[in-house]
Amino acid sequence: MGAGVGVELKDVWIRFGDFVAVREANVNIEGGSFFSFLGPSGCGKTTILRAVSGFLEPSDGQVLIGGKDMAGIGPNKRPTALIFQNLALFPLMKVWENITFSLEVQGIGAADRRKRADELLEMIALTGQGDKLPSELSGGQKQRVAIARALCAQPDVLLLDEPLSALDLKLRQHMRTELRQIQQRVGITFIYITHDQGEALTMSDRVAVMRHGIIDQISDGQSIYDDPSTPFVASFVGENNVFRGKVKSVENGMAVVSTNRTGDLRARIGGAAKNNLKAGDEAMIFIRPEAFSIATDTGNTGNQVKALVTNEEFEGQAYNVFLEGDEGKQIKMSLVNQGKVRSSSMGKDMTLEYDPEQATVLPKGELASE
Amino acid sequence: MKVFLGLYLVVFFGYLLGPLVIMSITGFNSPGFPRAAPWECLTFEWFDVLYNDKRIVNGIQNSLIIGIGTVILSVVMGMAGSLVLTQIWPKLRATYYTIVIAPILIPGVVLGISTLVFWDRINVMLGFTSDSFLHNGIFLTILGQSTFIASYCMLVFVARLQRFDVGLTEAALDLGATNVQAFRKILLPFLKPAIGSAAVLAFLASFENYNTTTFTFGKYPTLTIELAQKVRYGINPSISTLAFLIVVLTIVGALSHEIYQRRKQLALANGAPVGAVTGGFQLPKLLRGNPAAIVMVILAVGGFSTIWFASVYSPEACKIEVREEKRAHQQQLIDQIKQQQIEREQQKLQKGPDIFGADKNPAGTLESPGKGSFGSVFDPQNLDKAGPEGSTAPSSANPGAGAFGSVFDTQNLKKQTESGN
Ligand SMILES: Nc1ncnc2c1ncn2[C@@H]1O[C@H](COP(=O)(O)OP(=O)(O)O)[C@@H](O)[C@H]1O
Ligand SMILES: [Mg+2]
Repeated sequence: MGAGVGVELKDVWIRFGDFVAVREANVNIEGGSFFSFLGPSGCGKTTILRAVSGFLEPSDGQVLIGGKDMAGIGPNKRPTALIFQNLALFPLMKVWENITFSLEVQGIGAADRRKRADELLEMIALTGQGDKLPSELSGGQKQRVAIARALCAQPDVLLLDEPLSALDLKLRQHMRTELRQIQQRVGITFIYITHDQGEALTMSDRVAVMRHGIIDQISDGQSIYDDPSTPFVASFVGENNVFRGKVKSVENGMAVVSTNRTGDLRARIGGAAKNNLKAGDEAMIFIRPEAFSIATDTGNTGNQVKALVTNEEFEGQAYNVFLEGDEGKQIKMSLVNQGKVRSSSMGKDMTLEYDPEQATVLPKGELASE
Repeated sequence: MKVFLGLYLVVFFGYLLGPLVIMSITGFNSPGFPRAAPWECLTFEWFDVLYNDKRIVNGIQNSLIIGIGTVILSVVMGMAGSLVLTQIWPKLRATYYTIVIAPILIPGVVLGISTLVFWDRINVMLGFTSDSFLHNGIFLTILGQSTFIASYCMLVFVARLQRFDVGLTEAALDLGATNVQAFRKILLPFLKPAIGSAAVLAFLASFENYNTTTFTFGKYPTLTIELAQKVRYGINPSISTLAFLIVVLTIVGALSHEIYQRRKQLALANGAPVGAVTGGFQLPKLLRGNPAAIVMVILAVGGFSTIWFASVYSPEACKIEVREEKRAHQQQLIDQIKQQQIEREQQKLQKGPDIFGADKNPAGTLESPGKGSFGSVFDPQNLDKAGPEGSTAPSSANPGAGAFGSVFDTQNLKKQTESGN
């Protein structure tokens, strides 16, 4: 890492008429790293990618690739290759012609191109399929052809726009690993776009979480999961239980929040709010389902939730227990399956407890599901 | 229900194809004026006449040259127009579309006149003489026809372009292609089927065009112009043979296209590469469940046997026979009419002048050799007056075949017999 060509967005704004698709994006992507933009559909991920690949110019700000300002440089002159959301394989060309299109436009002869195509076909495990048309391939095969085609252009930066979204679950998981391996092998910068947090967390060195045009947090996967900086990130990445209330007291980076129904809850203050959250502020507490356990000692306050069990389900590696929470929302608890037979607690009250260090208090804000 | 449907189909196809069939038949009938009935002699002489008709052959030549020129110009302009439509600022799109489509709605006559006037002005402005290429009939006709045929072509291209994924062009650019390369290697291959359709459409539209061409052809009359002039000065069945040839060519063309399509579908359905099936001629498999191919084979067999028959068969014997028959009939008729005239004279003498002699003459109506009502009216006149006047009057007044066929005949036969052919 560090050897490749980095990409930097400086105060990038992208507007379509009055509509702001990207708002003040500041991103520094290290050369040779795997960087993901994660966000719900329509939040402006593709738009950012198109600004990097040169299909649109930012309304404001700069895009730098390898430290060079890309303003006025067209897509065919940038050291980037884009894998389109719909792949955009050329339907009238054979697979090998697709893969070596970047060589063809440089005027390289057919024999040399064929040789290069065969090498790449071997890399993507499609040896001998070069003479097929794209329409004769399966979804996963097309996917790999698109990757080979982009890599054949020997870009410094590979841009991938939700490349796995059309594949079925098994294949998607397989391709995640494969993509990560390819990236480590070729050592170039990958910028990956997805609305699937699983993909972003498993593959990326760093992740930027976006919400309608705004980048909320840029961090490595674990920090995003464990230390979300906004309620949006907390609720969008992974599952989270939310409790609303007012801050009662603050000390040592921890805050006590009095909630409407569940009483006082204590948790670590998250993100940039550490220094400015004060008593009386409206706040939200986020507790992950796996952070809960069944309380052994029900006398404690501040880290316990007592509620009625409404549903239970067995998921293989975990038991999920659903309880009746605030405002009709349910609380979810996941218990690791340890092979012991559990007796049902349906319809009974149950007291859950959690480690306040694993829960996060954030100033009230927008949630992903809202 | 089924009966009605069948009946409807018969009427429908009769309406569509009937005239073509009748016209084709007239091309093989021996009388000098095209007609299908009464059938006289099977003949192929009209093909000879057609082949030796310098003006027709020249017209076909001009039509082909102009057709090719129009195809090239219209396809290029149509494609350019459709590409602009996809690129243009969305708010201007509707206006642009209306402007570019307008030539289709403007009458061809107007386009012809305006082409002529416009280029004449240009010619004058540039100070060229009146025999410069700007006054050349081929040049003007190609330009004049292309004004609206390009719009047709544009519609074809627009339909195809609507299904084009702009992402493909972007992908090409992203992989380092220049704009020209992206156009040549991505968009152009995608448009290839549309180029074919547009070219065929443009050629047919050019070939059959009359009302624009009639103002611009100058010294280079096209086939349609020649045909129109011929009709004006009297026609013979060689025109029908030309029509027949065009019909046959069209059918053969359409059928081969259909067969090609079917084969391609068959190939795709079987998962075989297209070339494997379209490459060789596989008649037996092809014929199975393929009516188009069967019709094609029948047509080919029919065509060959016709050619063979034509080289062996001579209509002369039949013609002489028919002529003898006619002459006899004619003689009989003449005698009869003379007889009537004499009778009429006698009646006139008895009853005074009568204006509508023919009306009171049911015998003439019944016994005239043609079927038309005109025939009987004109007949006595023709015989009274001199020949040429009688023959021109009806042909300009009534271009139909049946109605005055008989008049023609009497004339022709009379002349023929007189010249002792
Ligand atoms: N060319 C455009 N003109 C107008 N609005 C656009 C254009 N491209 C994208 N948008 C809008 O910008 C927003 C972000 O789009 P996009 O970047 O494609 O989202 P996603 O995160 O799903 O990739 C969407 O609301 C979309 O409607
Ligand atoms: Mg997108």
